[in-house]
Amino acid sequence: MSTGNVTTLRRPDALPSLPSQGKIEQREKTTEGKVAFSFRNVAKSFGDKPVLRGIDLDVRESEFLAIIGKSGCGKSTLLRILAGLDTPTTGTVSKDASSRTRMMFQEPRLLPWERIASNVSVGLTGISKGEAAQEQALTILEEVGLKDRAGEWPYVLSGGQKQRVALARALVAHPQILALDEPLGALDALTRIEMQLLLERIWRKQKFTAVLVTHDVSEAVALADRIVVIDEGRIALDLDVKLPRPRRHGTAEFARLEEQVLNQLFGRGETNG
Amino acid sequence: MSTAKRIEIGGITGWLLPALILAGWEAAARAGLISANVLPAPSAVAEAFWRLLLSGELVANIGVSSARALAGFAIGGSIGFIFGLANGLSKFSRSFTDTTLQMIRNIPHLALIPLVILWFGIDEEAKLFLVALGVFFPIYINTLLGIQGVDPQLVEMGRTYGMSPFTLFRRVILPGALPAIFTGLRYALGIMWLTLIVAETISSSSGLGYMAMQAREFLLIDVVVLSILIYALLGKLADSFARFLESIFLQWHPAFKKV
Repeated sequence: MSTGNVTTLRRPDALPSLPSQGKIEQREKTTEGKVAFSFRNVAKSFGDKPVLRGIDLDVRESEFLAIIGKSGCGKSTLLRILAGLDTPTTGTVSKDASSRTRMMFQEPRLLPWERIASNVSVGLTGISKGEAAQEQALTILEEVGLKDRAGEWPYVLSGGQKQRVALARALVAHPQILALDEPLGALDALTRIEMQLLLERIWRKQKFTAVLVTHDVSEAVALADRIVVIDEGRIALDLDVKLPRPRRHGTAEFARLEEQVLNQLFGRGETNG
Repeated sequence: MSTAKRIEIGGITGWLLPALILAGWEAAARAGLISANVLPAPSAVAEAFWRLLLSGELVANIGVSSARALAGFAIGGSIGFIFGLANGLSKFSRSFTDTTLQMIRNIPHLALIPLVILWFGIDEEAKLFLVALGVFFPIYINTLLGIQGVDPQLVEMGRTYGMSPFTLFRRVILPGALPAIFTGLRYALGIMWLTLIVAETISSSSGLGYMAMQAREFLLIDVVVLSILIYALLGKLADSFARFLESIFLQWHPAFKKV
């Protein structure tokens, strides 16, 4: 498994049952649903520079979590720890040992020397091969609207299409957790909205737990069930977004939530939860 | 379609100038502007070609030279490739051998000819040794550079998808290093012929270089010119072969896109 190198992984049975957990945030909904993963007092330093200073976070299954923060606040590090690309200096990350975590990067990171369908089948490494993998790859490519490009080389695709292939690769093995590290950051505004809609549609269909790191507040409000603002390595705001889906930009409630997150980010007013 | 046509026309245009030069040369020779002792007419060279072809001498010598070239290339190339891989993939191997190899690289391999003759006489080993040594470095350096130049983001991606070290090598590292390896291959092919020509000219009892030196002794200038032309042709052939391999293995690269 890709996350095997997180030394602090615990088996699901080792997880304390939810209701008995003492230190839960002041969010009302935390006790609902099964927990997909939790961070317990996770800290990370690079050299003597602390990046994360004690993160406590429980994320429920099928929840769409957005993590927002200024650059350098540690949000990408948090995601890399979740995906098993980094290990925490102290603290523990626990998730179901059988759950599969996939990561989508800001760049598509496709293999230029493999055709689109083979690139998607990278997501099935160690899971299935040959014809079966090819078939699964085509199915998920159809989902992202690129089935007819399956036989092409990556260089002929546009930036948005490449990112859709990367999404297909991340989802082809039906992961339980999808970590997204600003995957839409490099796209133009229109492609970006298109991708947000696609991501939301597939998320609602496949029901994975999504963790989206972004610096775009309106993207977070449009997509997430819950927004966490990270500031100087700590959770500064943990906010539920209860807008009905599909969401429309520009409603009063939408604007109010955006305002609340922005205020937190720029330290204006007292908006805590 | 139009690109295909353009490439075809480009291919023909490339041969236009050599054809013109050849025609001018022939005309000048016939008009007596160039003495036959200095440079024989192309027709005389063609005659020599025909004569040697019929006697079987030419085919035999080309065969001997090609076999030497390929054997030396195979030996030097594979050792270079293996060292390139090892030093590209393992930090230990690199720090252990790279300094030594870089020092050896700074010796022009042709400067070793006197020593090589002392060691091996004028036997096959001498030629193989020189060709292998000449071919080693371009392959080694470009394989190493190619592997070091593989996008670390792709390697990280491969790791997050749980690729084993071997799969990572096969699907990410080797294909990523391939364009650089091909650059090395083409350099190496050039050096291969160059080394062989020098080695065969200085000390040999068969092969194209030997044929040219024999002809010089008997003042058969047409055969000398013929040998030189055949060397040029063989070099071009090797380069075309490398390009052909590139067009197959690097189809994914926008620079090699086919219609």
